[in-house]
Amino acid sequence: MVKITYDAERCKGCHYCVSACPKKCVTPTGEFNAKGYEIVKFNEADCIACGSCYTMCPDYAITIVKED
Amino acid sequence: MATKTFKIPEALEGLGSHGCCQGCGHGIAARIIYEVIEEMGLTKNCIAFHDLACGSNMLYAQKYHGFSGAHGRAIPTATGFKRTRPDMLVFSYAGDGATYSIGMQHTVHTAMRDENITAIVINNTNFGMTGGQMSPTSLIGQKTTSSPAGRTKELNGNPVDVVKLYTDMDIAYLARGAVDSVPNINKTKNYIRKAFAKQMAGEGFSFVEILAPCPTNWGMTPAQSLERMQNEVFKKYELGEFIERSAK
Repeated sequence: MVKITYDAERCKGCHYCVSACPKKCVTPTGEFNAKGYEIVKFNEADCIACGSCYTMCPDYAITIVKED
Repeated sequence: MATKTFKIPEALEGLGSHGCCQGCGHGIAARIIYEVIEEMGLTKNCIAFHDLACGSNMLYAQKYHGFSGAHGRAIPTATGFKRTRPDMLVFSYAGDGATYSIGMQHTVHTAMRDENITAIVINNTNFGMTGGQMSPTSLIGQKTTSSPAGRTKELNGNPVDVVKLYTDMDIAYLARGAVDSVPNINKTKNYIRKAFAKQMAGEGFSFVEILAPCPTNWGMTPAQSLERMQNEVFKKYELGEFIERSAK
């Protein structure tokens, strides 16, 4: 089971996570945070916990925990 | 029960944003540096010497020892500290403007003396915080606020490549990584790990240049800035390990 914690207020909407995800689990939402950046949403069901979105995130908004 | 976790290093936890622009490479570079430090168990026994400008943003985004000296003097300030506290992991963190323009004499002389410190340079091919002026690493043809028609060899000279600059230097380690993609970030992390290990083993000067995007000053979206790195910047600045001296 994969649990993704996403701090939308830290996000700056660069969407590096969207293009880095090999399973296309990260998608822009069309909604904006308090700073005016477009935030993303995660599909935890298809996530394989490869850590690509975490690795590309410049703003430390993503934490991933996978438990078997 | 097996658990796999991707979580930011403790040194960066619980603080506000580092204040860098959307899509800036500084955040990724700083995170992999502190990931390596945490893996080495040196979180509370390391000190970062930041330069001014965008490089100093990270000073307020990490909890432990950090110091910001005069502009362009991150490397000599780190040198002085390392000489008095050789037990600590000491590294400088500066941009390409500070390292190859304002602090060029220190970049060369520290390598000549083979000081036992690590210098990490974030190269985004312009002066970021002051408004995107041309830096020594700006590419030929690159439009910046101080070269609006594009950099030319005749007027501005050729860009400086630290790998060529250090060709004959007797230093412990020299590598160049990038933060444009997951594979390159992982390779860069490995370069930083090797550089820090060499310092802690007392082997001499280690230098890691990290190519980073600067979407704000390149006038691009974050995605376009990664494409520019792959299509233009990597052609001029080759990635890899260039000097790796075996232990003395």
